[in-house]
Amino acid sequence: MNPAQDTGRQETAAPAIELRGISKAFGPVQANKDISIRVMPGTIHGIIGENGAGKSTLMSILYGFYKADAGEIIIHGRPTQIPDSQAAIRAGIGMVFQHFKLVQNFTVLENIILGVEEGALLRPSLSKARDSLKHLAEEYELDVDPDARIEELSVGHQQRVEILKALYRQADILILDEPTGVLTPAEADHLFRILDNLRAQGKTIILITHKLREIMEITDTVSVMRRGEMTATVKTAETSPEQLAELMVGRKVLLHVPKGPANPGATVLEIENLRVVDQDKVERIKGIGLTIRAGEILGIAGVSGNGQSELLQVLGGYCRATGSVKINGQEIDLTGKHSDGQSRRARGIAHVPEDRHHHGLVLDFAAWENMIFGYHNAPEYQKNALVMDNAGIVEKTEGAMERFDVRPPIPGLPAKSFSGGNQQKIVLAREIERNPDLLLVGQPTRGVDIGAIEFIHKRIVELRDAGKAVLLVSVELDEILSLSDRIAVMFDGRIMGERLPAETNERELGLMMAGVTGSGEAA
Amino acid sequence: MDKLPRWADVVLVPLISLLMAAAISALVILAIGGDPVEAVKVMVTGALGSAYGWGYTLYYATSFIFTGLAVSVAYHAGQFNIGGEGQAQIGGLGVALVCLALPWPHWTIALPAAMIGAGLFGAAWAAIPAYLAAKRGSHIVITTIMFNYIASALIVYLLVEVLRPAGQMDPATARFPAGAKLPTFGEIPGLSLFFSKNVPANVTFFVALAACWGVWLLLWRTRLGYQIRAYGKSEPAALYAGISPTRMIMVSMLISGGLAGMMAINNVMGEAERLLQNSAEGAGFIGIAVALMGRNHPIGVFLAALLFGFLYQGGAEMGLWTTIPIELRLLLQGLVILFTGALDNMVRMMLGIFFRAKAKGAA
Repeated sequence: MNPAQDTGRQETAAPAIELRGISKAFGPVQANKDISIRVMPGTIHGIIGENGAGKSTLMSILYGFYKADAGEIIIHGRPTQIPDSQAAIRAGIGMVFQHFKLVQNFTVLENIILGVEEGALLRPSLSKARDSLKHLAEEYELDVDPDARIEELSVGHQQRVEILKALYRQADILILDEPTGVLTPAEADHLFRILDNLRAQGKTIILITHKLREIMEITDTVSVMRRGEMTATVKTAETSPEQLAELMVGRKVLLHVPKGPANPGATVLEIENLRVVDQDKVERIKGIGLTIRAGEILGIAGVSGNGQSELLQVLGGYCRATGSVKINGQEIDLTGKHSDGQSRRARGIAHVPEDRHHHGLVLDFAAWENMIFGYHNAPEYQKNALVMDNAGIVEKTEGAMERFDVRPPIPGLPAKSFSGGNQQKIVLAREIERNPDLLLVGQPTRGVDIGAIEFIHKRIVELRDAGKAVLLVSVELDEILSLSDRIAVMFDGRIMGERLPAETNERELGLMMAGVTGSGEAA
Repeated sequence: MDKLPRWADVVLVPLISLLMAAAISALVILAIGGDPVEAVKVMVTGALGSAYGWGYTLYYATSFIFTGLAVSVAYHAGQFNIGGEGQAQIGGLGVALVCLALPWPHWTIALPAAMIGAGLFGAAWAAIPAYLAAKRGSHIVITTIMFNYIASALIVYLLVEVLRPAGQMDPATARFPAGAKLPTFGEIPGLSLFFSKNVPANVTFFVALAACWGVWLLLWRTRLGYQIRAYGKSEPAALYAGISPTRMIMVSMLISGGLAGMMAINNVMGEAERLLQNSAEGAGFIGIAVALMGRNHPIGVFLAALLFGFLYQGGAEMGLWTTIPIELRLLLQGLVILFTGALDNMVRMMLGIFFRAKAKGAA
């Protein structure tokens, strides 16, 4: 092959990003080991892997937050040094973080020009940004009100602002880190349409995620990472979720936990005409009724923010409500002295909350301190009338960590040092091992690895088979469909209807979640 | 950001902060024509070089232990109690009322009674800001500061108008009965071999040590302490667990106020033997620095209190025996507070850079 031809070919077919032999160690931990990828321009490349597999480290190296110990970065055929994020931006790389970096009380426009203001006066930059924003909005379906303040925007819109920020800085390579983690299904769909448009316009996108469905839905090629190594790069069209899951975890994974038919017993939970009005006098739950029987999982589907969180909180004892809730036939206090978490636990209600970071765990507490959280008054945790039996609790925690496969099994480690899946296992161990009559579970697998999802689902089904009632709230329709014995759909504070999983499908549930009633049986 | 090794966090950070405060103080001493070397010599010999010096250093340290513990307990519940000064003064009122109420036969009976008086009065003074914070959402920092001023005004009023014995010129209570006199280190068998009779350090020091142990036990071994720390780390998590925020704020602030108030048995009962104006003499504020420097742990508080006791006593000696004015003591304390408290993160950041560079060099 003659050299001239060779260079010519490279000009047109140079990858937008090529990483060669990237390695990075933090102390003894090898976060990235000899990683090489090529991402062609105008494609969406997925990087999938469990938490801690090294995806974020790799992207941080690409964005100049970390310096690789070895390896090189080649952008559009040119070897490039990226010592800091400014250099990354100059190289045309834009990053949308999982946790947005926006000034809450600035407007969209102000956030967009932040750091790239031209001159001492803001007005020229602002009007320039306004023009190009209009342009971008039309081109990519990225419409946001430029004068709205960030704090007034929904999470989905805030994310669009982050994308706009990158595009305004002339990024042609966009990295998105777990972009759908905070989005509702509808917002996620919209995001994917935006990404589709961006790809059509020739932008290159790297999508970091641990959700198989997203990879299958939108990417052209996908790289799988496991324990710091790139285990495979395949064309999305030529792979399957099962194969990817296996590559991620290193063993065969059940994406759907097998479960036998439900064997419902006596009614455990009976809710009638429940209403919740929040601090701003907005009615969050508008008179709903539900029942759950022993040995049954009731799944509540719905886009988040339609009253499911409030429902869990009312039952968990930290949200006031009116109406009637009965546990095993006995009324529970919804407003008075006995409407707190302690009273609920005493009535046999255990609660795996939606937000384990804020509610389910005290992140600075050690695992053993978290293992009794909420049950700290139980007699078996006291040494005598004065002090707690710390040594005994540590010992019990060791046992629970083993039974629930929490890794690393170190009771003294602070909760914040565990991965998402292991944090969730700590919460789950605590709540399930109390052998409750009713288990409330909110978003059990949010931010949890595939391997751990299988484990968590198994435990929930086991609890049902042991004759307990389970109320499952999840925004993942897959999860609702595979775990529930009955499905109720919530929309705008109301129950839109109940379905049996065998007699419904994602499409019907999706319509109900959007507030479209099929049979008019809304409560 | 990489975390510092634990030894660096616990030992190196405070040490460097101290050295920086000392360095700047030395520059100031040079600038006003003094000799920093001599100043250090006088401070060390004056505070630590004799049993007499130790008698004062430990006396000051005792007060600082109480106020430092007070700040720490509130801190663990997420409350910043900077009202230790006022709570200590009101605690002094409690001590005075108890001591003057009866002709106490012996200090062993008077001491527990005075401790209760001091604790209750200090707690009561903290109760109002605590209630306002728990129920009405007012900011504890603002209210506790205001209560410092109210306390000192109240004490002055009471001393002038109510408690002053007829015919006495200065605004103070009557002298406490002899039976309420606490033994000083010079009067305790064993210790009297080393300490002369007229040092102010007294049995309260041992009460302070017991308080350190008690606070440790409370925070890390009891259910209440568990709940206080859980609430302090995360209010939403506390709500989820059924831990009442109102109760945690109230209980932690009452304990905090009680500890600050108990400082009064050291200075009012152990030393002055009557209640004077401004009895706390700033120890309430020093407690904030002590707690910050001691990382809100009783052992740290104890060590930091010793350090501030040394600064206090050494500074007084410096004012006495050198041409350097005693006001420089305030500068020194101020700098220590500035560096250990406010500029803590600066030192931490610099050390972080150092340790990262070292880690890179090793890798």
